[in-house]
Amino acid sequence: MKRHFNTLVVTLKGELDAHYAGFVREKIDNEILNSKVKNLIFDFSRLEFMDSSGIGVIIGRYKSIKAVGGKVIIVKPNRQIKRIIDISGIQKLIPVNDNLDEAIKKLL
Amino acid sequence: MDNYIKIEFKSKGVNESLARIVVAAFVSRLDPTLDELADIKTAVSEAVTNAIIHAYDDEEGVVYITCELNGKEVKVIVEDKGKGIEDVKQAMQPLFTTKPEEERSGMGFTVMETFMDTLEVISQKGKGTTVIMTKKIK
Ligand SMILES: Nc1ncnc2c1ncn2[C@@H]1O[C@H](COP(=O)(O)OP(=O)(O)O)[C@@H](O)[C@H]1O
Ligand SMILES: [Mg+2]
Repeated sequence: MKRHFNTLVVTLKGELDAHYAGFVREKIDNEILNSKVKNLIFDFSRLEFMDSSGIGVIIGRYKSIKAVGGKVIIVKPNRQIKRIIDISGIQKLIPVNDNLDEAIKKLL
Repeated sequence: MDNYIKIEFKSKGVNESLARIVVAAFVSRLDPTLDELADIKTAVSEAVTNAIIHAYDDEEGVVYITCELNGKEVKVIVEDKGKGIEDVKQAMQPLFTTKPEEERSGMGFTVMETFMDTLEVISQKGKGTTVIMTKKIK
C-alpha cells in the first residue's frame, strides 16, 4: 500500500478469493482510517485471480470512500478479473484504467 | 466417461485455492485456452466458497468435488452436506445474498452461469446442495 497525497494505492498480489478477502478488507480499512486518505486505487496489475468475493471487497470500499466524497479507480485487471467486473456491473460506478500513473494523476 | 477425479476436503477457506488448482490441472489434459481454464477455475471457486461459507456457516464440514472429462466436455460437481437452500430460484438471482453483512456480492451463481455452459443446482433444506456445471472446450 502506498500513498500519493490523499490517494491510497492498494497493490494486490496473488488470488483474491473469500479466504483472502477478509484480510485485504481489514488492511485497507485500517489504512483509510489511520491515514485519512480520500481516494482509493485498486492496482490489480499483479493480481492473478479474483472471484465474486473481490466484488464485495471493492463495493464495500467504494461505499466508504464515496461517503467522504472520494473516488475509486481500478487499474489493470487481467482478462479473467475484467470479466468478473463486467458481469457485476461495478464499472458503471468505478472507472477501470490501464495505467497507474494516469489514474493517480486523475485523482490529484 | 473418459476420465474422472474425486476429491474431498475439510470446509476451510485455505482449501479454496487448492480446489481450483486441482480441477484446473486435471482439465489441462483437454488443452483448453487460458481463458477457458480461467473460466473453470472461477466457477469452481464460486461453488466451493458457497459450500464453505453458506452451507456450513464456517463450521466444520466436508466438500466433495467430482470432475469428469467426456470427449471435449468438462463436468464439475461440487457437493456439500450442509444446510441446503430453501429457494434455489431466488438464490440464483443476481445480487441475492443472505450474507450482506459479510460483504458477499450475491454474484456467485451469476458468475458460474456466465463462465460455464450449463449450471444445475439441486438442494434440499437440511440435507445439502449439489452444483453441477459443464463446459465444452473448443
Ligand atoms: N452450498 C450452499 N448452501 C447453502 N446456501 C447456499 C449455497 N450456495 C449458495 N447459497 C445461498 O445462495 C445465495 C446466493 O449465492 P451466491 O450467488 O454465490 O452469492 P453470495 O455467495 O455472494 O451470497 C447465498 O447468499 C446463500 O444464501
Ligand atoms: Mg457465493
